[in-house]
Amino acid sequence: MAIKTQPVTVNLGPQHPSTHGVFRMRVMFDGEEIVDVEPIFGYLHRGSEKLAEERTYTQIVTLTDRMDYVSSMLNNQAYILAVEKLAGIEPSPRGVWLRMIASELQRIASHLVATGFLLQDLGALGTPLIYAMRERENILDLFEIICGARITNSYLRPGGVFMDAPQEFWPALDRGLSDIVNTLDELEEYLSGNEIVFSRTKGTAVLSPELLINASITGPMLRASGVDWDLRHRNPYDYYEKIKFERKLHTASDNYARYWVRVQEARESVKIIRQCIDQIEPGPVRPSFDDVPRLLRPPAGDAYAAIEGSKGELGFYLVSDGGIAPYRMHVRSSSLINLTLLRDMLIGGQFGDLFVTFGSVDLNMGEVDR
Amino acid sequence: MIGLGLPRGFLVTLKNFVRPAVTEQYPDRHVGLLGAAKEAGMNPFQFLIKNPGNSLKAIAGLATVPVAVKQSPRFRGNEFTFYEDRCTVCASCAKYCPLGIIEIVSVPGKIDAQEGESYKIEVFDIDIGRCMFCGLCVEACPYDALHMGTKFERSSYIRNDLVISKDELFAAEKRPSSFYRPQFEETGFDPFSEEVTDYHDAGRHERPTDEDLKRKWVDER
Ligand code: SF4
Ligand code: SF4
Repeated sequence: MAIKTQPVTVNLGPQHPSTHGVFRMRVMFDGEEIVDVEPIFGYLHRGSEKLAEERTYTQIVTLTDRMDYVSSMLNNQAYILAVEKLAGIEPSPRGVWLRMIASELQRIASHLVATGFLLQDLGALGTPLIYAMRERENILDLFEIICGARITNSYLRPGGVFMDAPQEFWPALDRGLSDIVNTLDELEEYLSGNEIVFSRTKGTAVLSPELLINASITGPMLRASGVDWDLRHRNPYDYYEKIKFERKLHTASDNYARYWVRVQEARESVKIIRQCIDQIEPGPVRPSFDDVPRLLRPPAGDAYAAIEGSKGELGFYLVSDGGIAPYRMHVRSSSLINLTLLRDMLIGGQFGDLFVTFGSVDLNMGEVDR
Repeated sequence: MIGLGLPRGFLVTLKNFVRPAVTEQYPDRHVGLLGAAKEAGMNPFQFLIKNPGNSLKAIAGLATVPVAVKQSPRFRGNEFTFYEDRCTVCASCAKYCPLGIIEIVSVPGKIDAQEGESYKIEVFDIDIGRCMFCGLCVEACPYDALHMGTKFERSSYIRNDLVISKDELFAAEKRPSSFYRPQFEETGFDPFSEEVTDYHDAGRHERPTDEDLKRKWVDER
């Protein structure tokens, strides 16, 4: 006999531990089933795009750190690529290799955080998250060696990076990479065959590739549906055309596929870093201050540069009026755009899957609200 | 649903259970008798005889020793290192700071026959309550007068105390971080064990020898 139920509206967040920051959802439940979702954002809005209009081009690097604060290096890279395009700067080869190493490390760190918190949302309180965070800690230590900060790196500068990696970085990186592989093996041994993970994540929140493409979703979410779209391969920036890597695809397009794609991508990143280490060449890490002064005045015009961030296509659009600060900066933040399918993913699902699905999008509120 | 996945997962947790912990203890770490004696630089028996009180505490597991956090020499800490004699009060650092939190007021100082007019620092305040330790001020300093510090324990209950004033800046320990200062990295300088007290040694260039000075000031004129 079916129990007669009545829809109930529940407010989730913004101060909810599972909303990955300060995200608010108004959810209507009918029993266990979700019938309506209304996402409400803006609680972490700091006006970075507006603040950028009164900062010089180098100072804005510090703002980009704070957008997606679990992948600062990737934000730096996307922004710097846009500046280089705008001002026509030819970057120094060693600087480019260094920033590729840094951003791939950051991608691993970000995917580890995503995986850890996805499992946390599944109810695996603590254990997988701690394993992932332990490894991320090693990556942050590497960042501390290379640039002196762990989260808000500000490592990149127009034309390269601010300083060469110190001697002790290279052996530490080598050790770190084998540790990362071990941890990923361990995580996969722990989770990828785990029946509880299977039963909770397989077949939930399935999205069709057409829907994903129409909503301009990018990154691991898109690749989990079998669409081969990776900007590092499709539109190589920096020196990615000199790098060989596999694009890991899954066809199920459910929560498990998204988790799987992230772990595999982290493995590929390790391979990319190894190739970067082999190919890195000595030389200056940034052009001289005669070519690229500290106070850049790019000619009037606009430029858009995008990279494959940890969450999808991360793009910066800069408009210059010839002054020392951009006239306008716009960020195409993948977290925000990946959230647009939240309703399609959640409606019709179960209450217990709500946060799992939400976690599988891997969003970062700092980037959603900017 | 029952398969091999779960037991295999439990094996992983079991392996991690016996793995050494990675937790960093800060600011103190609990030590037993052996650890306390080692910290005091004695062997346990000496320690037991000399400090019976502390030994008892250590045996009860209550003794703590301070720990030094493992940091990289490039670490951007919030206690800036400053060399008064190197600073020309050009205010590049103040101009370059994204937040504009460095306040500099200068007055004309002495006039030197050789070096010309110099300026005296009257105010040099850094409001580290708003500082984000990006290091851009240090990057901008053309004379290597301002360096990031390696210490980070300058917290306070009152916001106004977070302004590093001129006097504090001058008197601060000279343990510069090697952030944007390749000269320290080349010499293998370690800010956690040594200090750079002489301002000559903090520069990016080699200290000129007397020979060089003579050539510059006497021979080339
Ligand atoms: S570290 Fe950055 S925020 Fe702090 S005083 Fe220097 S430039 Fe300003
Ligand atoms: S610290 Fe450096 S940048 Fe700042 S006023 Fe002195 S010399 Fe100029």
